[in-house]
Amino acid sequence: MSTAKEARAIVEMRGITIEFPGVKALDGVDLTLRGGEVHTLMGENGAGKSTLIKALTGVYAIDGGSIIVEGTPREFRGTADAQLAGISTVYQEVNLCTNLSVGENVMLGHEVRGPLGINWAATHREAARHLENLGVRLDTRSMLSAHSIAVQQLVAISRAMVTDSRVLVLDEPTSSLDRGEVDQLFGVIRGLRDRGVAILFVTHFLDQVYEISDRLTVLRNGTLVGEYPVEDLPRGQLISKMIGRELDELDAISQSAARAIDRTSDPVIRATGVGRRGVLHPADVEVYDGEVVGLAGLLGSGRTELVRLLYGADRADAGRVEVRGRTARITNPRHAIDRRIAFSSEDRRAEGLVGDLTVAENIVLGIQAKRGALRKVRKSEQDTIVEEYIQALGVRPANPNALVRNLSGGNQQKVLLARWLATAPQLIILDEPTRGIDVGAKADIQRKVAELSEQGLAVVFISSELEEVIRIAQRIVVMRDRRKIGELTSHDIGVDDLVAFIADEQPQPDSPESAA
Amino acid sequence: MTSVQAPLEKADAFGPLKRFVSRRASWIPVFAALALLILIFIAGQAYFGNFLTPRVISALLLDNAYLFILAVGMTFVILTGGIDLSVGAVMAFTGMFGASLLRDGVPSGIVVPVMLLLGAAFGLAIGVLVQYFDVQPFIASLAAMFAARGLAFMVSLDSIKVETPEILWLQSTRIQGAPGSFYITPTGIIALLVVLVAALVLAYTRFGRTIYAIGGNEQSARLMGLPVVRSKLLAYVVSGVCAGLAGVVFTAYTGASYPLNGMGTELDTIAAVVIGGTLLLGGSGFVVGSMIGVFVYGTIKTAISFMGADQSWTRISVGLLLLLFVVVQRIIVARSDRR
Repeated sequence: MSTAKEARAIVEMRGITIEFPGVKALDGVDLTLRGGEVHTLMGENGAGKSTLIKALTGVYAIDGGSIIVEGTPREFRGTADAQLAGISTVYQEVNLCTNLSVGENVMLGHEVRGPLGINWAATHREAARHLENLGVRLDTRSMLSAHSIAVQQLVAISRAMVTDSRVLVLDEPTSSLDRGEVDQLFGVIRGLRDRGVAILFVTHFLDQVYEISDRLTVLRNGTLVGEYPVEDLPRGQLISKMIGRELDELDAISQSAARAIDRTSDPVIRATGVGRRGVLHPADVEVYDGEVVGLAGLLGSGRTELVRLLYGADRADAGRVEVRGRTARITNPRHAIDRRIAFSSEDRRAEGLVGDLTVAENIVLGIQAKRGALRKVRKSEQDTIVEEYIQALGVRPANPNALVRNLSGGNQQKVLLARWLATAPQLIILDEPTRGIDVGAKADIQRKVAELSEQGLAVVFISSELEEVIRIAQRIVVMRDRRKIGELTSHDIGVDDLVAFIADEQPQPDSPESAA
Repeated sequence: MTSVQAPLEKADAFGPLKRFVSRRASWIPVFAALALLILIFIAGQAYFGNFLTPRVISALLLDNAYLFILAVGMTFVILTGGIDLSVGAVMAFTGMFGASLLRDGVPSGIVVPVMLLLGAAFGLAIGVLVQYFDVQPFIASLAAMFAARGLAFMVSLDSIKVETPEILWLQSTRIQGAPGSFYITPTGIIALLVVLVAALVLAYTRFGRTIYAIGGNEQSARLMGLPVVRSKLLAYVVSGVCAGLAGVVFTAYTGASYPLNGMGTELDTIAAVVIGGTLLLGGSGFVVGSMIGVFVYGTIKTAISFMGADQSWTRISVGLLLLLFVVVQRIIVARSDRR
């Protein structure tokens, strides 16, 4: 990776301070972006990354400090100002219009115009040229909605390049891409870097940080920790700098996972041959008291499908389920809730939380739903429960009246977890509870899961991060192609073993030893 | 730069149909409306025998000229994801106000612009409420509807006859080839011009494209640096001006203004726009579609009067059609969401 140490600084942000009512979101932060360099901004959720980006892109006005672009001090009053200064942004949730064509999305606001209005032929030609500059060939007249998120991401980058941007800000562009798509995106990013564009990159994936970055800036709690060339900051140090504490905690979690589980009594849940035609081949799963069972496999391997059947969110058409040794018919979530089974969905925004309600209301919602609408949870009782879980899970801000939609992803996840825990479940199913959240919040959630399982809670834990699954689970159920392909005990395997097992071309359904 | 021609998209694998769908999906509802219109024409002709005559078709345009104009304005607003319930009342009010001015001898060269400006003012007021005070378009335009209706009664409780020749000329002049063949009135020409201009504005100007972008994703449009605030305000102003113009045309059509004119017209307009394939969520639709929607509406009305049945059957059929089209739209949206 080329580190042009003496590369020209295109953007210098000095002593940036931004205050929101009651909070200093950023306190005297510096950031320097140099041409031909990929600069990654690291920090936990709430560290001030998004705030800093929004200051750079003109979404927020700064309360202190200066932004100097190519030697000229600038003051941004809106995104349009920043774009004029050559700073473009591609946001995490692709901010394009899916109802318009690809070409139009690239060119919107910069269409080629003739005397009779927009010249569409020329506009599409221009769009195609910009896309091809990034090595992307698309039918520019097709609707954007016809393309995958990855392609939309590239379209967004092309759009940024239309204005000849010298600075490209990529705010978590990879969070919904698969590996191949990430590679393509990185190819494009490297191409732009080599053309002298300064790139500011934000991600939660540490692997990607080391794959693409030339330089890192670490933030914590709205202050600058430091700026480092990537080769001077190995992974462990980076994490310590981000979370401001050592990694012993993660070791403690692994310790917890190594506990022996008592499998002599009836399991909390035992599913035998549970499946659904076209969705999941019949599979067996058991979870005992105090046990964490990990579900590993690629996206679409049937992990989510399996737990949805267990929870009754989808109806199984084969197999049977026993809860504590007694046959249970779970055909809708109500049945599952009645049997004290909780399910935290992977799509926390759409299926889990109510963004316009407060933290407290979201937490109480679960208990209220369980009790039925007529038996109100007393206010004092609510306050106690809410206070307890905000403390226990470390929800930030620790304000029960904050609206959930204003919380960061990690904190939203904590609220969702709190909501389910407040219903005192005997089994909790967590589908990707740590996706898209930062290292610190991840550690908090893993720690809490370990703690709860030690107290006897049974947990099903789904995660795409195999490291996490191995750390936290006692047993791992491996899925592939909508089929359970085996079970592993986690304490004697590493990520490589698990990967090998998932990728194994010869399915060996009942021989978990093969990978150990 | 390094070429990363990864097989992300198999462009050549697109069949002509798939390619058409990927490019022109938003036109499908418009074609559906057109097919429906043709079907009604054919059915009417088969049933009555004398349905598809130049007289009937010319009358369609004449009788519904005001509705075409309203539908165009409504299309702008609905494309942004909003709604304008005030158009019927604004049409009535501008009509009443204009008629009273004409009665007092104010020349029509002043009265007509005043009517348009009044409409624009109502549109602007709704837009400001929506944009700066974060009032839902439904409520903001409902308030404007009550205000305009009340003002119409303030002008006069009774109908005001209009005798100004220039205004009546708009209606009475028939540009016609041979007797008995197709004809068109100036009001019809105005309606068609409005449709044409609006279609061009939406397709070929940045303002028009911004309207679509706002309807698609307002947040994105803002982050793309598009003039969201200005365009949204302007969309309501366009609808207001159209309501004012409809006031002129409707006054000419009836030869008088009556404060109860246009009761429920806003709903007819919305129905026509939706039947014409414009998504109520915004971001997808065409004025040409709205024009077809008005034709569908007008044709049903004509067919029912041919039958001699009660006009409540128009409402019933339009209601059923609306339901059908909204369901179809839901399916289309649901399908594209699943990607």
